[in-house]
Amino acid sequence: MLAIVLIPREARRGEIIPIRIAIQHPMETGFRPDNFGRRIPKNVINSLVCRYNGVEIFRAEMGSGIAANPQLQFYTVAQKSGDIIFEWVDDAGQAGGERAALTVSG
Amino acid sequence: MQSDDFSNPGMLWVARGEKLWMTPAGGSGKSCATCHTEASQGMKGVATRYPAMDPGSARLVNIEGRINLCRARHQQVEAFQYESEELLALTAYVAHQSRGMPVKIEIDAQNRRHFDRGRDLYNRRIGQMNLSCAQCHDQNWGKKLLTDTISQGHGNAYPIYRLEWQNAGSLHRRFRNCLYGVRAELLPAGSAEFLDLELFLAWRARGLPLETPGVRR
Repeated sequence: MLAIVLIPREARRGEIIPIRIAIQHPMETGFRPDNFGRRIPKNVINSLVCRYNGVEIFRAEMGSGIAANPQLQFYTVAQKSGDIIFEWVDDAGQAGGERAALTVSG
Repeated sequence: MQSDDFSNPGMLWVARGEKLWMTPAGGSGKSCATCHTEASQGMKGVATRYPAMDPGSARLVNIEGRINLCRARHQQVEAFQYESEELLALTAYVAHQSRGMPVKIEIDAQNRRHFDRGRDLYNRRIGQMNLSCAQCHDQNWGKKLLTDTISQGHGNAYPIYRLEWQNAGSLHRRFRNCLYGVRAELLPAGSAEFLDLELFLAWRARGLPLETPGVRR
């Protein structure tokens, strides 16, 4: 699964930084029929976790109300240089991940 | 939404296209990058000239068609299905390299025949609604069709991310939407009629900057 993570490359210690992620995913609601009238099984990203240097800073549990190709944005405080790692899993059991490096000065 | 590269969901397809550009495929073991190197240089401005005549087969091809010809001739691998995720991604990636450059289509002796056919199709009344493309997109653009504003019908942002589809789609998918709307017979994506129409629309949009990947309602 493809995703784009957008964070500032560099930040000062204590600075509040935005973290954004967009994931390519159909987010199938489970309510829609296909062309033959059969129900398309629900398949959404049901849980997404973001860790900053191993510490969980954000968690989302999404349901069928979230549109396809979801985008999430949240904020965190820059503390020290390290990796921001996203991991998520959908109803079909497919897992995805993406990481971004942050350099903190000061 | 379209001008912010992060908010634009079409950029997901562009990012996927970039990966495909680097991935070797087929018996030849070549990737797109093997011949064309960096897309940011080799593909810059290419999309402004399409659809164009293919000298080898003397056929009109759009970017999708060109990618599939390359796959057959140079990579020796089967063609991508029209409207497949991969073809949309590669097309979006190639067209994205020309973003901001004006559409530059010239009608000459080679493509004149296709151009005339495309223009005929554009102006011909079709379907149970008995409507031509021109009646909406030339004569009534800017007015409302139910809650939607009727567009001028330019193809300079394709492949687009369409919110109604919740997905990326090609210009030919959009054509099929319009044909369905006027209750006309649906032509297959990639058909000769659609290519002719695409050429006419590109000529009609000459001078407009390419916006790929566009975001539409």
